[in-house]
Amino acid sequence: MKVSYYPGCTLKNNAKNFEDSTICSLNKLGIQVEELPRWNCCGTVFSLATDDLIHHLAPIRNLIRTKETDSDSLMTLCAMCFNTLKRANERVKSDPDSLDKINTFMYRENIKYEGDVKVLHLLELLRDEIKFEAIAQQIVKPLKGLKVANYYGCLLVRPKEIGLDDVENPTILETLTTVLGADPIDFPYKTECCASYQTVDKPEIVAERTYHILTSAQSQGADVVTVSCPLCAFNLDHRQKETIKQYPEFKNIPILYFTQLLAIALGCPEDTLRFDLHYVDPKPILKEKGLI
Amino acid sequence: MRINLSKKKIKDPFIAKVEELSSQNLLACYQCGKCSAGCPAVSQMDILPNQIIRYAQLGLKDDLLKSKSIWICASCFTCNARCPKGINIAEVIEALRQILLRNREDHVKVEKLTDSEKGDVPPIAIISNLRKFTS
Repeated sequence: MKVSYYPGCTLKNNAKNFEDSTICSLNKLGIQVEELPRWNCCGTVFSLATDDLIHHLAPIRNLIRTKETDSDSLMTLCAMCFNTLKRANERVKSDPDSLDKINTFMYRENIKYEGDVKVLHLLELLRDEIKFEAIAQQIVKPLKGLKVANYYGCLLVRPKEIGLDDVENPTILETLTTVLGADPIDFPYKTECCASYQTVDKPEIVAERTYHILTSAQSQGADVVTVSCPLCAFNLDHRQKETIKQYPEFKNIPILYFTQLLAIALGCPEDTLRFDLHYVDPKPILKEKGLI
Repeated sequence: MRINLSKKKIKDPFIAKVEELSSQNLLACYQCGKCSAGCPAVSQMDILPNQIIRYAQLGLKDDLLKSKSIWICASCFTCNARCPKGINIAEVIEALRQILLRNREDHVKVEKLTDSEKGDVPPIAIISNLRKFTS
């Protein structure tokens, strides 16, 4: 099976660990990942103002690029890209007038977009196409004894219309964690916002959110917290530096992309995990559990 | 806090502008407070999400446009998911930001960001921050 892949800006630098671990995992599962030969920034946030059509151009252009490769679906890893691409797609599908205006504006494109590309998150590909049962059969290193708190954040599940699981209590990552042989830990902050882009000009708010989210996971016994968004990853991992300054009693906890755990369980080499990109080193706990 | 109501404020085109930009019916809100109860950012806010809707219904333009809250909201959509009346509160708050941003009243001044504020964060953070906080 082949999948068209849209990386987005951060997967190529700060979140290279997310990309490399995903590509290795999908290859192990027999999937050929084909990055769009040409792609542009999705805009990172879906434009909420009703009259603001211009900001839907960037996501829609990526869907045209997908059609140019004769594919009818596009997979993303980043939760922000997923949300922006999928919401823009839904907006033009439900609003032919907007779609018409957008197509007219992009008159130089060879393809007129018709709302006919499906935007998929990697988790949907794993659950609905590859199937968790098939993944279970490919596990070479079960993550025995590792307690994992799965953090969804906002944009995989909200708004409900585009979310990939239950809006209040998603469980897809817990199911996957169980398939990988680890122990999922439930905690009440799993869909609470990390304060997102406030990290640029108001990092103290992010530190406050990080403190509450991570101490909640720790109180339930988590060894690691997984994420699926490069901005959540930055806030929950790198902002632990600021968190400890604001809350001296705070104890560091490693943050991993769920794909890094998948890659370990599927036997990917350690260089695809790119632990050098982490602020809190996940190696000690993974060594202690005999996983690396 | 003293709030002054007037016929003039209630008839201000500001209310229609907010409704148009957000495509929400402000009068659908019956002040149950569920949005504020679930908002992860209320500890930082001066006007709570349910109050934002009430203020908007009453045309309290100045109070809303100078509030800290509209820049604290990170559009996490928890309020939208929980509103029993189906109001998209996050879109109303976006409309308030847009009213200021479209007058070139940027919240974040790019030229004032330090090298570490710009350089230590991933591209996704910078792009989304500037998309939400600058014109």
